[in-house]
Amino acid sequence: MDGAKVGERMLECRGLRRSFGKIVAVDGVGFHINPGETYGLLGPNGAGKTTTISMIAGLLERDAGEVVVAGEPMTTHSVRAKGALGYVPQDLAIYPDLSGRENLMFFARLYGMSTAEARHRSDEVLALTGLADRAGDQTKQYSGGMKRRLNIGIGLLHRPRLLILDEPTVGVDPQSRNAILESVEGLSGAGMAVLYTTHYMEEAERLCDRIGIIDHGKLIAEGTRGELVSMVGEGDQVRLSATGNLTGAAAKLSARSWVRQAKALDGGIDLVVENARSELPAILTDAAVDGVAIRSVEVTEPDLEAVFLHLTGRALRD
Amino acid sequence: MRAAWLICVKDLRARLRDRSALLIGIVVPLGLAFIFNSIFSGISGASDVISLGVVNADHGVASQQFTSHVLPAVDRSGLITIHTEPSLARARALAANGTLAAVIVIPAGFSARVQANQPASMQVIGNVDAPVSTQIARSIAESYAADLNRVRLSVATAAGSTPLSPAQTQALAAQAAATSAPVTVTDVSAQTKELNQKSFFAAGMAVFFLFFTVQFGVTSLLEERNDGTLARLLAAPISRASILGAKLLTSFLLGVISMAVLVAATTVLFGAAWGNPVGVTVLIVTAIMAATGIMALIATLARNAEQAANWQSVVAVILGLIGGTFFPVSQAPGVLSSLTFVAPQAWFLRGLGDLRGGGVSVVWVPALAMLAFAAVTGGLALFRLRRLAEV
Repeated sequence: MDGAKVGERMLECRGLRRSFGKIVAVDGVGFHINPGETYGLLGPNGAGKTTTISMIAGLLERDAGEVVVAGEPMTTHSVRAKGALGYVPQDLAIYPDLSGRENLMFFARLYGMSTAEARHRSDEVLALTGLADRAGDQTKQYSGGMKRRLNIGIGLLHRPRLLILDEPTVGVDPQSRNAILESVEGLSGAGMAVLYTTHYMEEAERLCDRIGIIDHGKLIAEGTRGELVSMVGEGDQVRLSATGNLTGAAAKLSARSWVRQAKALDGGIDLVVENARSELPAILTDAAVDGVAIRSVEVTEPDLEAVFLHLTGRALRD
Repeated sequence: MRAAWLICVKDLRARLRDRSALLIGIVVPLGLAFIFNSIFSGISGASDVISLGVVNADHGVASQQFTSHVLPAVDRSGLITIHTEPSLARARALAANGTLAAVIVIPAGFSARVQANQPASMQVIGNVDAPVSTQIARSIAESYAADLNRVRLSVATAAGSTPLSPAQTQALAAQAAATSAPVTVTDVSAQTKELNQKSFFAAGMAVFFLFFTVQFGVTSLLEERNDGTLARLLAAPISRASILGAKLLTSFLLGVISMAVLVAATTVLFGAAWGNPVGVTVLIVTAIMAATGIMALIATLARNAEQAANWQSVVAVILGLIGGTFFPVSQAPGVLSSLTFVAPQAWFLRGLGDLRGGGVSVVWVPALAMLAFAAVTGGLALFRLRRLAEV
């Protein structure tokens, strides 16, 4: 992989806009990705994620805005900027009549590698994707998971500095999905910048250093998971299933500065605290002092689903 | 150019692997050319050499002149062989089983009737499956009879009402024979500017299916868009022109492969005579360009690969029929003969026909006509193809 210049952002896009007739699919979207960073573009279906990355990848003309990839301006005709970019489309984009190796060789050569280099790199990717023993089979004989892995492998062939993955786990079985997520985690660890679009909240939370939430073609929030969650303004919820002097214990917990709310219920205590993970020992200690016997503890932290609900008034998968 | 070549090689590999291009481009046209050639060789009797029989039951002066002077002249043309048969029964049997395409029968007393200034007639027995050959035999006999009558009339006018003497009859027959032979040979020699049957069906089927073969290249752009691989190509560090160029190049090369194999195969297997290699090459290359342009333009009008294939097939069949790939329509009456010029196939076949009758220079008009098709339709297609090269 070519090293990025010091301080250079791997992707910079500003004010992206694209309409289809009267429908504005993307409206003023802008964000950046640093080298080695995984950026998630999270939004429901039809939010504008694919249109945004189509403009970033130089597939689609934009009505307005600017895209710079590895310091090179990106348009539909930019050859140099495209050379720094790996693109894995949402739909399978492989040739069914060619073998896995032939698919890889073709794209490797298309990205400028010599025959020997392409063969060597294809072998590496076949090993990486676990397809080495089926390399000579036509891909129409592959399982869905194998096709998905090859689809991603093609995007990695030329060791891009920025990899765009457009909902790579849609329609994938849980086992293959987990393998894909592990692969993506490994890529950012190797210094590659990754732009990952998904409508699965848990994928964004697991993979992404920063997340942009997109809805109706607009980037409505951006930040780390913690930053986004803090926007909601809600604390973590802790439910203690317990017996004993529940009212006394709840009153004592209420006095703590980090407790926003403590309420004794039939068979337990419900709390809203700022950071449940760090304060849980203190909560259990306070409850025990009043002779309360705790049977179980349940902690619920606000997630990106809650953030999306907070920002848009509807669930992510509506 | 490198990227275009890589895409082209990939497309060719995929097409040859799924065998559809192989079937459409080579196997089917070759098979149909063989079938049509087999069927029509019996019906038309227009094979390279027509076998005609003659039965002379007369052996008089007039009939001797016909068998000794008129028929040998016809035989020397190389297009017809004359077989003298000893009896009517044998000749009739040979015509019935197809050994002879037709038989001219000169009945006993033919010369005597001519000499007596009475009506005389010859008979023609034709094979039922060789109507054209039968018509040729009939024309030869009628031509001699007409000349005989014309000369007899002039002799009779000179001699008044006096019956013809033997010397006069001999002179009359010799005069008729001398007149007939050139006329008959001239008629037959007209065929040298047309393709013979084997070559016609070989060329007709080849150019008919050429329009289907070249579809694979251009239509694959629509397939790539549908399959999602076009997005991947567009994201690669290559120009859009190289993608479009690759598709056109694929069409062209598929056409070249198909035509080259068909020319070689029909020459070796059927004995088809395509003509001067340089002229044939010029005609084939320009025909492929015209076919690619037309099929590409139609592809750009379709919404998807399936619709494009359907529309292209309809146009290919219509142009093939108008262009005379199944039967010659260039000599059809009225509008139909003019209509043939809207089909590149007609120009291609006309070029091959002219090539048989003349030098290489005769192919330039048909070649330029096909280049015009290629330029107009290909130009429009390229303009519209840019729209297809979007996700």
